[in-house]
Amino acid sequence: MQIKNTMLLSFPSFSQNESFARQAVAAFALQVGDWTLVELDEIMTAVSEAVTNAIIHAYDQTVGEVRIRANILEGDGIEIIVEDDGIGIDNIKQALEPMFTTKSQQERTGMGFSFMESFMHELVVTSAPNQGTSVRMVKWLAANSDTQG
Amino acid sequence: MQIELQMKHRTLVVRLTGELDHHTADALRTAIERELDRDVATSVLLNLQGLTFMDSSGLGVILGRYRRLSQMDGRMAACCLNQQVQRIFELSGLTRIMGIFPNEELALEQL
Repeated sequence: MQIKNTMLLSFPSFSQNESFARQAVAAFALQVGDWTLVELDEIMTAVSEAVTNAIIHAYDQTVGEVRIRANILEGDGIEIIVEDDGIGIDNIKQALEPMFTTKSQQERTGMGFSFMESFMHELVVTSAPNQGTSVRMVKWLAANSDTQG
Repeated sequence: MQIELQMKHRTLVVRLTGELDHHTADALRTAIERELDRDVATSVLLNLQGLTFMDSSGLGVILGRYRRLSQMDGRMAACCLNQQVQRIFELSGLTRIMGIFPNEELALEQL
C-alpha cells in the first residue's frame, strides 16, 4: 500500500478534542479527492467514535494521550489509525458486537464500532489488557471502492 | 452546541444547534432532565434542524430520554433531521420507535 502523504495528531484525552479530531482528519482527507458530503460525514463519524472510545473506555477517569495517524493512499483512499495507551480491550470480538457496552449505566449505546464498520471499508482493532488499543480504518473514494474491495 | 427549550402546551420543544457528541451530551441530558423533573411536559420534540453532527454518544442521550418518557407514558418525536443525523437515526433503529417529521408543526400535531 503506497503512502502519498501522512500526518500525525496527538492530544490529551479531553472530550473537547473529539470535535477537533474529526474535523482535522476530514480536512486532511480532502487531499484524497472529491469525497461526497456523505462520505466526509462517514469519516468524521468513524473518527469521532474511535476517539470517544479512547477517552471513555481506554482512559476512563484518567487523562492520557490519543494519537491519530492518517495516510493518504495511492488509489484514492485514506488510512486512519487511532491509538491510545489505555486499559486495552480484553475481548475484542465481544466489543465489536452491535449494542455491546460495558457502560450501559452511562447511556452508552454500544454502537460505536458498528458505525465504524458501516462507514469505513476496513476496520481492524488491535488490543490487549493494559497494552492500549489501535483502531485501523481505511476508506476508499466511492468511485474506486469496487476495485479495492 | 446551543440548546433552546420551549414549552408548547405539554410538549417540551428542544431545538439544537451545533454538534451533539460525547463532549456536548451531558449538557443536553441535564437540560432535558431538569425540565422533565418539573412534571409539566408529557412529551418531547427534538428539532434538529441546526444539528450538523451527531454520533453514538448523542444517540445514547436521546435513547435515555426516550426510555424515561416511555416509562411515564409520554412520547418523543424528532423533526428536521439533516442527512448525517438521519443516517445515524436509521442505522440505530431510532426511526422505527420514534416519530420523525419534516417540520415542527406536523410533529406537534402528532404528539
